Amino acid sequence: MPEDSAKSTPGKGLLQGLGVTLKTMLKPAHTEQYPDVQPKLPPRTRGVIALQEENCTSCMLCARECPDWCIYIDSHKETVEVPGAARPRQKNVLDRFAIDFSLCMYCGICIEVCPFDALYWSPEFEYAEHDIRNLLHEKDHLGQWMATVPPPPAHDPNGEPAKEQTAAEKKR
Amino acid sequence: MGAAPVILDIAIRLAAVLVAFLTLPLIVGQMEHKVMAHMQGRLGPMYAGAFHGWAQLIADGVKFVQKEEIVPDAADRRVFRLAPILALLPYLLILMVIPLGPDGLVAQGLDIGLFFVLAVMGVGVVAVLMAAWSSGSKYSLLGGLRAAAQLLGYELPLVLSAASVAMAAGTLSLSGIVEAWQPWWLAWQLPALFVFFTAGLAELRRPPFDAPIADSELVFGYMTEYTGLRFAFFLLAEYVGIVVISALTTVLFLGGWKGPFLDDSLGWAWTLLKTMAVAFVIIWLRVAYPRLREDQIQRFCWLGLVPLALAQLVLTAVVKVA
Repeated sequence: MPEDSAKSTPGKGLLQGLGVTLKTMLKPAHTEQYPDVQPKLPPRTRGVIALQEENCTSCMLCARECPDWCIYIDSHKETVEVPGAARPRQKNVLDRFAIDFSLCMYCGICIEVCPFDALYWSPEFEYAEHDIRNLLHEKDHLGQWMATVPPPPAHDPNGEPAKEQTAAEKKR
Repeated sequence: MGAAPVILDIAIRLAAVLVAFLTLPLIVGQMEHKVMAHMQGRLGPMYAGAFHGWAQLIADGVKFVQKEEIVPDAADRRVFRLAPILALLPYLLILMVIPLGPDGLVAQGLDIGLFFVLAVMGVGVVAVLMAAWSSGSKYSLLGGLRAAAQLLGYELPLVLSAASVAMAAGTLSLSGIVEAWQPWWLAWQLPALFVFFTAGLAELRRPPFDAPIADSELVFGYMTEYTGLRFAFFLLAEYVGIVVISALTTVLFLGGWKGPFLDDSLGWAWTLLKTMAVAFVIIWLRVAYPRLREDQIQRFCWLGLVPLALAQLVLTAVVKVA
């Protein structure tokens, strides 16, 4: 017999067990009926990484910061002649941007580190493939996911105004 | 009355028993699926048959029929094949004598119905031992020996508690017991009800008394080597067993067809309702309680239930004589 017999009357635990199961039965189940009913995901769910190609400068920061090296970037330099300028300028052109989602661990470091907001989290998650090699998605496919990226959360009305905003107001 | 109506009468009664034998266990099985799932915060089967998985057990049955039937090399083939049928048959026979309603609404009323039921239920031990010994597997043998020890042990409180009701009613006929039953018997026979229900649960080898099957230690006990249809027979036997034990508890202790109103016309509904309620409790206990150890099972039987059943017998006798 347990030592703490003072607090437990015999059979109390048995009745409590019945009570717990009965209570659970009367509550709705937690099961997600996924293929039939879409799950209600939080808007900032880390589903897939989308690429805003126009913002990318091929700076390679994301590829270098990626812990498992799943981002592939190819680019070349193009000379841009600006009429009236003293010298021709150079510009990076993105040839290839690919993320291998079979390697990606969804840490989001690439998105944090991107200085030009070219990468975004999208809550989209239904991109399973039958072959692991098909999880390597190129920039056009990554760009299609931009449509599923939710708008950024509204600014906190009690928070500090953005730095850009204060700078712009000072100039005025 | 001519000969034809008698044969027709018998045919209808037998057909009704067969229908009950085939549908009630499925209803209980489906109830177990759903009740257990919801008690564990799940939904249970949802796809088979489109509406909340109502056809899950039918789908399971079709699957079992399609499976290959394997008999182990070391098995005693004939005994091995006979055992599942022998496990099923006693329950079919018991269903024949359980009264559903008043005025002979029973397939074959027997004056010694209670005696017949308890005697036939004892045959189940033989089926289990046959399955265990003939499988040629150590898990089966261990499970079978545990089952034999448990079934023989719990037979005693089962019979003693049933005897208490028979004493109170002064008859061994199941219909007679229901007719003699009074609502205050619920209090008078409460210990017997507890003993009978618990011992019945152990006879079914259901959790918390499922040490003979104990899937975490004995694979699946005496059913380990069975596949396909014969395995399905064992499972069916378990669920018919639930129906039978629930129905017997209802008939012996809960007043059978006697309800708050319309006993005569709705008697069968009261019996079925009470049976299903008891079956629900059996499922509920399975979800709520862990398995008892082998020694705990024996201790509970011999030091708990048997003295309680004997005390109940004394109480019944005292009240009956007084």
